[in-house]
This record gives sequence, C-alpha cells and structure tokens, in this order.
Amino acid sequence: MPVHLPDSVETAVVHLAEDPAATVLAGGTDLMVEVNDGRRRPDGSLVVVNRIPELRSWRRDAAASSVTIGAAVSYREIETGPLGELVPALAQAARTVGSPQIRNAGTLGGNLGTCSPAGDGLPVLAALDATIELSSVSGRRIVPVGEFMVGVKRNALLPGEMIVSVTVPLVEGWQGYAKVGVRNAMVIAVASACVVLDRQRQQVAVALGSVGPTILRCPDAERSLASSIDWDTLEVATVALERFGELVSSESRPITDHRSSADYRRHAVGVLARRLVRRASSSEVAA
Amino acid sequence: MTTVETRVETSLSPRAGTIGTSPTRPDGIAKVQGSFEFSSDISADGCLWGATLRSPHPHARIRSIDVSAAWKIPGVETVITAADVPGQLTYGLIAQDQPVFADDVVRYVGEPIAAIAADHPETCRRALEAIVVDYEVLEPLLDPEAAIAGTLGPIHPDGNVIRHQRIVCGDPAVTGEITVEGTYEIGMQDQAFLGLEAALAVPDPGGKGVELHVATQWLHEDQGQIAACLDLPVDAVRLVLGGVGGAFGAREDISLQVHTCLLALRLGRPVRIAYSRAESFLGHVHRHPATIWMRHHATAGGEIVKIEARMVMDGGAYASTSSAVLVNAVTHTQGPYRCPNAVVDGYAVRTNHLPCGAMRGFGVVQACFAHESQMDELARACGVDPVDIRLRNAMHTGDPLITGQPVLNVAPVERCILDTAALPLPDAPVGGHPMAEGVIDAMQLPGGAGRTADRSDVVRGIGWGVAIKNLMYSEGFDDYSTARCRLAEGVVTLKFATSEVGQGFVTIAPQIARTILGVDDVRLDRIDTQVGSAGSTSASRQTWMSGGAVDLACRTVRERMFEHVGRIHGVDPLRLGVDGTDLVDTVSGWRLSVVEATAGVEFDETVEYRHPETSDLDENGQGNCHTAFAFVAHRAVVDVDPELGLVKVVQVATAQDVGRALNPLSVLGQIEGGIAQGLGLAVMEEIVQIDGVIRNGNFTDYLLPTFLDMPEVVATLVEEPDPYAPLGAKGVGEPPCISSTPAIVNAIRDALRQVDGVGRPLTRVPVRPSDICL
Amino acid sequence: MTHDSDHYVLDVNGAPREVTDSWLGESLLDVLRDRLGLIGTKGACEQGECGSCSVMVDGVLVCSCLVMAAGAVGQPIQTIEGVAPVGAPTDVQAAFVEAGAVQCGFCTPGLIMAVHDLLERTPKPTDTEIREELAGNVCRCTGYGRIIEAVKQVSVARRGRPS
Repeated sequence: MPVHLPDSVETAVVHLAEDPAATVLAGGTDLMVEVNDGRRRPDGSLVVVNRIPELRSWRRDAAASSVTIGAAVSYREIETGPLGELVPALAQAARTVGSPQIRNAGTLGGNLGTCSPAGDGLPVLAALDATIELSSVSGRRIVPVGEFMVGVKRNALLPGEMIVSVTVPLVEGWQGYAKVGVRNAMVIAVASACVVLDRQRQQVAVALGSVGPTILRCPDAERSLASSIDWDTLEVATVALERFGELVSSESRPITDHRSSADYRRHAVGVLARRLVRRASSSEVAA
Repeated sequence: MTTVETRVETSLSPRAGTIGTSPTRPDGIAKVQGSFEFSSDISADGCLWGATLRSPHPHARIRSIDVSAAWKIPGVETVITAADVPGQLTYGLIAQDQPVFADDVVRYVGEPIAAIAADHPETCRRALEAIVVDYEVLEPLLDPEAAIAGTLGPIHPDGNVIRHQRIVCGDPAVTGEITVEGTYEIGMQDQAFLGLEAALAVPDPGGKGVELHVATQWLHEDQGQIAACLDLPVDAVRLVLGGVGGAFGAREDISLQVHTCLLALRLGRPVRIAYSRAESFLGHVHRHPATIWMRHHATAGGEIVKIEARMVMDGGAYASTSSAVLVNAVTHTQGPYRCPNAVVDGYAVRTNHLPCGAMRGFGVVQACFAHESQMDELARACGVDPVDIRLRNAMHTGDPLITGQPVLNVAPVERCILDTAALPLPDAPVGGHPMAEGVIDAMQLPGGAGRTADRSDVVRGIGWGVAIKNLMYSEGFDDYSTARCRLAEGVVTLKFATSEVGQGFVTIAPQIARTILGVDDVRLDRIDTQVGSAGSTSASRQTWMSGGAVDLACRTVRERMFEHVGRIHGVDPLRLGVDGTDLVDTVSGWRLSVVEATAGVEFDETVEYRHPETSDLDENGQGNCHTAFAFVAHRAVVDVDPELGLVKVVQVATAQDVGRALNPLSVLGQIEGGIAQGLGLAVMEEIVQIDGVIRNGNFTDYLLPTFLDMPEVVATLVEEPDPYAPLGAKGVGEPPCISSTPAIVNAIRDALRQVDGVGRPLTRVPVRPSDICL
Repeated sequence: MTHDSDHYVLDVNGAPREVTDSWLGESLLDVLRDRLGLIGTKGACEQGECGSCSVMVDGVLVCSCLVMAAGAVGQPIQTIEGVAPVGAPTDVQAAFVEAGAVQCGFCTPGLIMAVHDLLERTPKPTDTEIREELAGNVCRCTGYGRIIEAVKQVSVARRGRPS
C-alpha cells in the first residue's frame, strides 16, 4: 500500500479523495494502540500529515485576538512553549497528557480526531468555544468545536476531510484546567474540568470531560456563576460557590465503568469546578 | 544448624568486591547498553513463532474444536490441542490439576485450549482467529463463600476447597477486656514484571529431547513438570535460563514452557512464543484476593490476649501454590507480636476466577494488612499510641507463633520500630517548600499535574506497619540448593541454577567466593540444568540457600586448597587461613598469594546446602512448619485530599531486619522496589474481574506506580547477624512489600480522622478515591 | 513523497536500513527488533504506557511501539545501540550501573534514552523535574530511588567538567 508523506494540505486532501479507505496519521498515539491490539488494521493507503508545515505551526492573530494551532502541533510544544502562555488552560491540560513520550508525539488534532470524552485538551477547546478548520478537495470549512464533537469517539469529519487547525480565542480574565486520575502520571481522566472566566464579556464557561458521551458544557452553572461573581476581583461568596459546584455536578452525565463510578465522577467534577473558580482569586498559585 | 565460621581473617575494611561491599553487578554494562539477552531476545535459525488460543469464558464445556480453517492459512505449520500431549495431561506445583490444554471444560478466561506454530506472529494471530470452538457456556462459580458452603457442584474433580487449615492455640474460650474486630479485603494484585513471558524451544535431532531457553524462577521444577507432560526422561529436557525481566512470583508456575516444547518437538524445528501484555495478564498466576475477618482481644493496657480470624483466599481455577499461600497467611495471623491464644480458620478455594499463586509476600501481605489495621484500631480502643501498642506486644527471640513454633532467629521487632521512629520525618510541609513567594509546586500535592487540589484542601497523616515474614519453604518441604565451585589458574568459576531475576544473586555469589577464597577473578558459568537444583527464586530464600550453597562449595574448595598447600609446603592445614588475596599460616605468618599457591592444580566441588527440616501442621495448626523469620517496620507519611479522595505518599521510612547486608546497595534496591509494590497495592493496583472476566488487562488500566507516585524512601538496616543463616544474612526481598501497604493505609486513616474525628474505615486495598470521599 | 508500505528505508543510528516485507501497521518497535535485529529496544505493554520501547525519532523521545514504522521514513532514529559503542558506555550508562539503578534491566534501555534526553534539555534538573520527565518510564524492580540518584550524579559530574 502507498504511504504518502505530503508537504501541504492541498496534496494531502488529494490523497484522501483518491482513497476513501486511507488512514490519516500524525503522532499515532491513539491509532497504534488499536493496531497493536489487533483491533484495527489499516488496509488502505497511509497519509502521514505531521510533515506539513501548516499543521506543525501556530500563529497568533492579533486582530482577531485568537491563536490558530496547527493540528500536528505536539502537546509537548503546547505544554512548554510560548503558546502555553497565551492559552494557560491548554498548557495545563497538555501537562497531564500521558507522559513526555506521548506528549512529544500526541497532537491536538489527534485528540479531536479520536474524539474521546477523556481527551485531555478537549474540555479547554470547548470552554473557549474554539473552532476547527477542516479541509478536503472541496475546500475548507470551519466548525465550532461543540458541533465537531458529536459523540463517544465520533466527530463531524466528512469522508475525505482532514483536520487542519484549531482556532482558540484569547480571553481576558482567568482560565484553568484540572483532571482527576488515580495515579500521578499517565492516567486517563476519570473526570476533568475547564473553567474560563471572561471578564470582558462577563461570561463563564465550564466544560467537563469524562462525564458524558462527549465534552459537556454546563449552561445552568455558567449562568449562576456569571451573576454571582464579582467581575473585578473574581471572588465568589461561599454559598454561591457551593451552589455553582452542585449545578456542575447535576449537569454531568457520567457512567460507571471499570475506571470509576458515576457517583464519584459526578461528585468530582463539582469539586473541580468549584476549586478552579476559587483559584481565580487566590493569592497562592501552584506552578 | 550452621554456625558462622571464623577461619577468614579479614582486614579492617572489606576488600573491594567482597561481602559487605557493593560491587556493581556483572551484567550491568550489558543491560545499560541493550546487549543483555532477555528470553524475548533469543532466537534461532529457522525459528517459527507459536501462539496460544485461550478461552473467552470463565466456565464452559467444550463441545468441539475445529482447527481445519487454521491449517489452511499459508504459513501455518501445525495446530495442537490436548489430544497432542504425549505424557501427563496436567501439571502443577503442588497438585497436578491444571491441564496443558483444556479438553472438555474451560475453567477461567484465558485458559489455553490450543496452540499454533507459524512463520510470523501475524500469521499466528490470523490462525488463532480461524479456530472455531463450540462452547456450552456454564454458570461460573465466582463466590468463594459458595465454594466453601458447597452450594454449587465441584468445578473440578479435586473439589472446590483447595485447603482448609485451622489453628487453635492456648485457650480458645478466653476473652479480653477490649475487643476490636474488622473485615478486611485485599484485591487481586498482579506481579506485572516488565519482561514479558517468552521462550525458545530447540528440539534435538531425532526428537528425543529438547533444549528450552526460558525466563523462569525454578529451572528444575519446570524441567520435571515439562518432562512429565512430554513423556520424556527428565534429563532429556534441558533448560537454560534466558534473561529474566523481573518475576515477583509470576514465573513459578508453568505458563508457556510445555506449549513451546510441544510445538518444537512436533515440527522438529525451533519455536519461540512471546506473550503480549494482555496475554501475560491471563498467562500467569496472581496474588490471592482475600477476605479476612479478625478480632483482637486485649487487656485494658493493650496487651494482646487472643486473636480470632477467618481467612478466605480465592485461588481461582487451579490450585497452583494456594495451599502454601494459605498456610503462610494463617500462621502469620498474629503478626510480629506475642499472642498466647488464637482460633483461626483459613480457606483457599477454587472458583472460575483467574488462577492465583505466588506473589512476593505469599499470603503474608494479606494477613499483615489485616493485623496492622487491627493494631491501629486496638491502639485507639485502648487509648494508646500506635507505636506504643506495637512495642508493647513486640515479639522477642524465642517467642512462639500461634502454631507453637518458637521464633529462634534474631527477632529485633522493637529495634525495627524504634529505628524507624528515629528516622527524620519529611521536612517539607504539605505542598512542599514553596518555589517562590506564593508559588508552590503542583507536583507536591495529591493529584499532581492534574492540579486537583490547593494546599488548604490537603491533610497530612502518619501511619505504621510492622511485619514478620517466614523465609524459605515450609511444611517439611525438602528445600535445598546446589552450587559448583571450580578454582583453577587463579580463576574461580561458579556454576548454579539459581535464577537471576534482577535481585542480584549474580552479584553476591562472586562476592562470597572472593571473600572465602581470596581470589578476585570470579566468573559465572551459564545458568542451566547442567548442575543440581537451586530451588526457586522466591520466598526470600536465595541469599540464604544459594548463598549458603556457594559459600559451602567455596569452603569445600578452600579445605582442599589448604590440604594441598599444607602438603606441598609442610604446613598443618589447620593453621592456614585466607587474608585478602593471600593464603597465610596463622601461626608463623608465612603467606603466599592464593593464585600462586594454587598454580597448576584444579579444585572442583559441587555441594548441596540444606536447611534443617520443618514439620507439618497438625489438625490444630500446631507444628514447627517454617524455617526462619525476618522482621521489618514501616512508617508512612501521606498527604490526602479528603474531598476528592486522592493520595500522595510523601515518605516511607523503614528499618529492616536483614541479619547482614552482603551487598548494601542491592539490599536498598530490594527495599525501595518492594515498597513501590506495597504502595501499588495500597492505592492503585488491582485486577478487576466482573462476571469472571478481566476488565483491565493492560497497563492503561492496571496502574503501576510511576516516578511521580513513589515517595522519598528513608531506610536503615538492622544488622544483627542471624546464627542460623549460613552467612548471617536473612532474605530481604519480601518484607519491604508487606507492611508498607498497611502503613500507607493507616496513614490515610490518620489524615481523615483529623478532618472529622472519625475518619473512614478503609478496610479494603487498594483504597479508591470513592472509599475516601463518598 | 510516497513510498510502499512493505518496502522502505529507515535512517537508524546514522545508517540507512532497508525494510522489506513489512505489513502496513507494523510498529517501529517490531521493525527494529524483528526485522533489523536491533533487540536493545524492549516492548512491555504495546500501549505506550511503560516507556521500555523509548527511542529518539527526529530528535524527540517517543514510544516506538506507537510509531508506525512506515510513517517514520526520512526521520533520523536513534536506539540504545546508537547511544554508545559496546564496551564504551556513556556517563549516564556507567552511572546507572554504579548507583545500583539496574536490577532486571528490562526498563533500562528505555530509561537510558529518556535520561540522555532529559539531561540534554535540562542539565540541572530538580528532583521533581527528574520525576516528571521520567514519569513515562515504568520500573517494577527498583522503586526509582537509585535511578534518581544516578541522574543526579551525572548532572553534578557534568557541571564539574571543564567547558
């Protein structure tokens, strides 16, 4: 079978159009687990996309106040580079991905492609209302991340389409990410949360991972907090904060599996969300 | 009883490479450069690949096996089933109850049914998929209590109770002023060695014998079982130790040995089998999950008066070493404490769960979690400090177990506890020292990079665990080890069948030889069955047994050397000694280098070292069934996030009774490695089976402690040479993983009690976050 | 650029190595071990969860079990065999042996790769940095203490070297 290593998106999508059975490969950290296990056997051509400069780079759009991150930018680069300073919650999430070896290979595009509700970067993209740029021989289109993530390991890619980049708005305010796992490294999220406090628009975004078929937003909790938070200091009264946590828990839809129980996950996301908000006005920071 | 001889005059500081120093391991450079051959690295010209078909059901009758489609796949050379086993159809370490291939019934998920040899692993995979097995699925027996009660029919002709052992000592009717009781559960831990199972079988031309290269713990036991199944004489089955990537008990039982040999003999070609991680989880035995009810009776002052216990260990589908694991558990019920009265009932039962057998600690891990949890409860009930309650009850040399057996070994229990207590507590507060003003390191908090907690969310606790562990084998087993020592041309060559699994026997064996014989150039011959059995690398026995054998072999050579030199130089051999690398006349001071003194002659001695006999237990569990004992104490400091139930182990401190550290660096390695496994059982490791099916047979979901989970370990050695040990040294491998688990759980309980004064019972390991916070 | 999935050339330890008869999804780990005879890299989990298979690809540390070999064409690959000639261990390798950081040795090649990478990027790592950067390498025998000691020893010794 042919193995293509295109150096542009335009070349890549032609390969995809020519072979509907083609497999797109970037870091391989999800795909190869399935291949090694015998659950998947690529039988069409292979289109390796991590040599495409457009996918491996990121840029800041000052006018639009956003960052566009190529689909093959590694989690390592997101964790440690200047990109991480622009989107701190994404850097925090990147730090929790697998291990250094996994972060060196794993990409945001890969997380989106696999579209697991446990994908570490995904709650951050959801909370920031990121948009995904897709491309095929028919051209490019932009899809909001909420519409891109359709269900458990199901995304909105059409046949012949590939993920090109993710555009993330830069928010003035505070953002943070937290993830629960039973061990301190290389762990699949049992529950995760991203909170974004947008001072300019006075809006709250809360996105949850591993507690539903896909990443969940919490509109009730968001509304409740937006009206009770002091937008100057970002402080919240204790009672309102507890109410916020309870709402987050109630808006989660966790299941019980071999990793954890629904009860624990429901409880955990409420605690995470509450603590993240508390952290926004705290004088002590964990680096 | 062997006394420690004193014919070696050592200079003030031990010579480099001798006993008491820490020379580097002889295979170290090869291992760091990647040239060391593990059994999975060994191949042969014309070699085929083998693979195993395994049952997907925990309990089913096999109506038919259709291998015809597999045969048709290009590259497939043979397919074998139970019908192709020429000799004994079953094997096993104690009872031979486990089929080489399931024939009419499968009793656990993963039970082997057939094997294939083909030109490539991919061909094997496709061929396995092509085999069609018609199963009649049966109701699995999954409840150990049902196995004991006999409510369901036997799932094996040998019955559903593998062993029942009762212990009654003293006055069973006595009671204490204070009683505390609890029911404790220990989940199924996996040994999870990294070096996956692999073997290469090379058949002899003519097919009357086979050479098997395999990573295993006991070459000769494997040899005997394989020969019986192949219907070959024992010495026609020659085993060579392939590099072993860790063992921890999982390589004591046969896994792929017979299959590999069968395929190779059938085809007259070399065949290798290598397990994946998923297959490895199915292919070896695991630690027995257990439920232990325990009740301690004590005086108001906290002195133990009586212990009652009922232990149930789920042995899974086949017996393996369940009988011995159970005896270890029940005979260690009292822990390292004096206990004049006891009533204990222990059961090892058969279910359709994964078979269980040896794992480092061998039944004592389970008993210790129960008795150390109980000791903390007893402390609180009596209003006594958890350290004081243990000191108050601590065993001394000569005190008996509840089996009546006196502990004749050095028993420095108080010293282990006090030396541990004297080790400094961590100086960093919760959350660690700040990195800068108002900035702390997220990795110092529970949850780590997940940033789940801030400092105010975390509470620190301290907990203790103390353990006794038997060394070597028990219940009358003829436990011995063989070693051969050759001295020629100034070089010592040692040959033994002692399985090196990483613990460092290959390092201390030359140390012993250098010390005894005064020769620095010591080489090791290949580890194989061309010399007598060394017994198993397990039960913390090899330093004592194989070290004892090497020691005895070297001393025997030394006697020959003294006789020879005495004859040649007209010196009474009784006056000769070894000092450094010289032979000396201890009366006149005359000396000659050992190398010179032995020029032109060769000494070659093979010896067996045995420990004194042990006895069986009678129907009341009385008898001197164990050989020797070692002791250890652990203190754990943990930080807990009570609201999320996450734990960070901050420090484990320990003082371990080692008798004598033959290689202090190696001892430290065993201590740190064992504590990591104890930590794993405490907070993260468990094989999850639902309806008899394993759900987490991979490293994504079976969690091993990483660099970020292991705490600082502060260790001190208690070196009171044991008069019974041939070198004064006790085994050190198991104690570190035994009381470290309850120390950590006791510390978590301590932290939680500070939150609301009550805390959580935490009677099950591994402790899950929901156990802490929901 | 396009090549065939069953016939391509990999750049391994500075030398071109031809791979034939490979199947499309075959991992770099399996190609290195079974087709190119480089058995120093070990596989213990098939999921990138243990780090035993760590190699350098295009200058970054990755798990070779998660690299599709056919997709690694044109990227320099370094394995444990390429770290130093046999018999001439690096300071990291020697330190591992000296410090007692090797027991069974199965995790060791992957760890050596990871430690070399760590010290290249962070010559003076703190205890936490060592732990976090090596968290992708699991060891079942040592409990990590002696490994951390080995890394610290090398870090200190390198600083003492004349520049």
